[in-house]
Amino acid sequence: MGRYIIRRIISAIITLFIIITLSFIIIHNTPGGPFSSEKKLPPEILQNILKKYHLDEPLHKQYLRYLGDIILKGDFGPSYRYKDYTVNELLIKQFPVSVQLGVTSLSIAVILGVLVGITAALKQNRWPDYASMSIAVLGISIPLFVVGPILMYIFALKLKILPTSGWITSRYGILTVIMPAFTLMFPYFAYISRMSRSSIIEVLRSDYIRTARAKGLKESVVIGKHVLKGALLPVVTYLGPAFSGIITGSVVVESIFVVPGIGKLFVDAALNRDYTVIMGEVILYSLILITANLIVDLLYGLLDPRITYK
Amino acid sequence: MKRIFSSLLLVALILSLTVSCGQAGKGGEFIINNGTEPQTLDPSKISGVPEHRIYMALFEGLVINDPKTSLAAPGLAESWTVSNEGTTITFKLRKSVWSDGTPVTAHTFVKSWLRTLAPETGAEYAYMITMVVKGAEDYNTGKAGPEAVAVKALDDYTLQVDLIGPMPYAVDMMAHYAYAVLPMHVIEKLGDDWIKPENIVCNGPFKLEEWKPKEYLTVVKNPKYWDAKNVKLSKIKFLPIDDNNTAYNMYKNGEMDWNTGVPLDMIDEARVRPDYQVAPQVATYYYIFNMTRKPFTDVRVRKALAMALDRQELVTKVTKGGQMPTYAMVPPMEGYTPAAGNPFNVAEAQKLLAEAGYPNGKGFPKVVLLYNTSEGHKKIAEWAQEQWKKYLGIEVALVNQEWKTFLDTRQNSHDFDFCRAGWVGDYLDPNTFLDMFISTSGLNDGLYNNPQFDELVKKAATMPAGTERLKVLQQAEEIMVTQDQHVIPLYHYVNIDLIDLSKWGGWYPNPLGIHNWKFIFRK
Repeated sequence: MGRYIIRRIISAIITLFIIITLSFIIIHNTPGGPFSSEKKLPPEILQNILKKYHLDEPLHKQYLRYLGDIILKGDFGPSYRYKDYTVNELLIKQFPVSVQLGVTSLSIAVILGVLVGITAALKQNRWPDYASMSIAVLGISIPLFVVGPILMYIFALKLKILPTSGWITSRYGILTVIMPAFTLMFPYFAYISRMSRSSIIEVLRSDYIRTARAKGLKESVVIGKHVLKGALLPVVTYLGPAFSGIITGSVVVESIFVVPGIGKLFVDAALNRDYTVIMGEVILYSLILITANLIVDLLYGLLDPRITYK
Repeated sequence: MKRIFSSLLLVALILSLTVSCGQAGKGGEFIINNGTEPQTLDPSKISGVPEHRIYMALFEGLVINDPKTSLAAPGLAESWTVSNEGTTITFKLRKSVWSDGTPVTAHTFVKSWLRTLAPETGAEYAYMITMVVKGAEDYNTGKAGPEAVAVKALDDYTLQVDLIGPMPYAVDMMAHYAYAVLPMHVIEKLGDDWIKPENIVCNGPFKLEEWKPKEYLTVVKNPKYWDAKNVKLSKIKFLPIDDNNTAYNMYKNGEMDWNTGVPLDMIDEARVRPDYQVAPQVATYYYIFNMTRKPFTDVRVRKALAMALDRQELVTKVTKGGQMPTYAMVPPMEGYTPAAGNPFNVAEAQKLLAEAGYPNGKGFPKVVLLYNTSEGHKKIAEWAQEQWKKYLGIEVALVNQEWKTFLDTRQNSHDFDFCRAGWVGDYLDPNTFLDMFISTSGLNDGLYNNPQFDELVKKAATMPAGTERLKVLQQAEEIMVTQDQHVIPLYHYVNIDLIDLSKWGGWYPNPLGIHNWKFIFRK
């Protein structure tokens, strides 16, 4: 187990190094630069700015400087757009917001998704099944930028029971989280409910469940103890990518509900060619993805006795 | 399960009773959607409108923009005199202090401008100073030391500035944030960290209270401001919402007092509202021809394309926000008659195209119109494409590029046949719409080159203010637009704002769309 983890960490470091190098090359070769605008800067002034940020140096020198700052000082550099902040400051301020939002909506998605999945599986081909699976299909196929404004229209503009936008730190507190969390949750909820439904149905038909029933166990014990444990493995596997996906993929929701997270920061940085912020977020996202996958793999080993790591 | 749900719902309902609409503008508080997160608060490094709005709350330079005319009005300078040749301006400063009590003097101004000009500061808008102040360019480009810059403190409250020529618009330009006065006593101590919210020191009508990036920025009244008794608002909250629809919904819901801009597809609904404010902006939307690309090397082709577009139809059927149709590059300004241009005339356009060798568009090569990706630009380009097909029988392909890629194509590689552009005047003078087309200008994206035009614009730069000078500029514009048709001007932009003027006073539609906070009050 210990050796397995060490091996995974080493391969993670190599992966990260490749990601940093490739991203650095791609980003710096994209047309346009952080300081281009409709009113093009006079060349002398542009030169002053490039010099200030060492962008006038050859690319390999910039790359070594960047890598050195990260490894030796943990410094991701200054933001070229948000000039009063460093990348570290921006990420420290905004990453927790994305985590709060992501964890909230993923928790709701898992709880609701599994509940709905169980209901549908147990009432297979009856109306609760059809109803919940129709909702799930809608959840997967309706894009967030449609769900968000619809929720906003109903709950903020018409019923006036939720604020249109903002975050916990505003005067509305926790109420601000409800709409973004539910909007963001929707596709994940849909996916999880469908996935748990089908794997529960599969498990229900397996021999060991028949045995359990034949032993005369109560139905609630059969479901709770035997069916769920087997049926939820695919859901656990899905949690890794879902967690990183929900944190990285909250751009639309962050825009609509004005949530100060890192999803929107990332897209804005790409559009503005804010090189250092893009790099910082790429590294952060890679770390999340790598860690989440590692944790899921380890959990999987704990849940499924057939799997062992050496 | 049901019970859990219903109790959750109940809790949500009870909590939500605290949410009520219409809480914007309580007491002297004012909430504005500033459209985006400010890039910086440091006046030396600012480069956008949202930052400018915050700048006006926190800082005040020699002059400010008059809320009705946008022209220079006294700020920290009580008065000023311009020498007879028009090349030296002497400002008389009033006694004022920073929010920490340190006095602002003429010496502070000298040091502040030198900081903005210093090459190592990397100020984008340093060129607002180098265009005007003698010696500033030499210092900014590293050809000379700071002593070359012709700005002097004659005593603590008298500041003298030498200009590179008689520039009638120089004082108006000095309302720009590039000419800001900075708390040099703090900057000398802390360096670039002076701008951190815990360190910042201001001299404007307001001072910084709190800045939560991507959430809000608040400023509160600055009791040390020299004119504090006339500042009516007690607090301003700047929201950084760039989702137009969210901002529009929040405004309608009463969650803000001023929304800058309206979503494109809501314009029909918004423009009948009593709080819809539309004001002509000193800005032009136009297409640029690449003068080195065939068939646009032929002036008849350029004219034909320009004359086949009915600008009136464009603004009434496509843009619809109250934009002003135009055939000239320079927007209307006091004392200046813009060029006549080549108005919409299908018969003449067809004739010109035939003369150029493409009767009814036959044999016309494939050309590409380039624009930056946006719903609005797309609508306009598609409309133009249709007109050219209908009236001239020519096929124009449309290509859009993401903003920064587009800028790189247009400004650096010049790899386009013709493309979209928009220009907002930096100051109220025709020169700001013309000098970028000089053949040696770095902003001459279409590679226009007419020595006669260059000469006229350069001549105007040496002339004193007055009708003679404006006539020379008008001649230049006639050459560039009417005679050479280097650009196809389409319309002059408008500023669109949502603000209820029956509730708020001191806010006037004005040409530069600059609204100084010190004048705004609740009626």
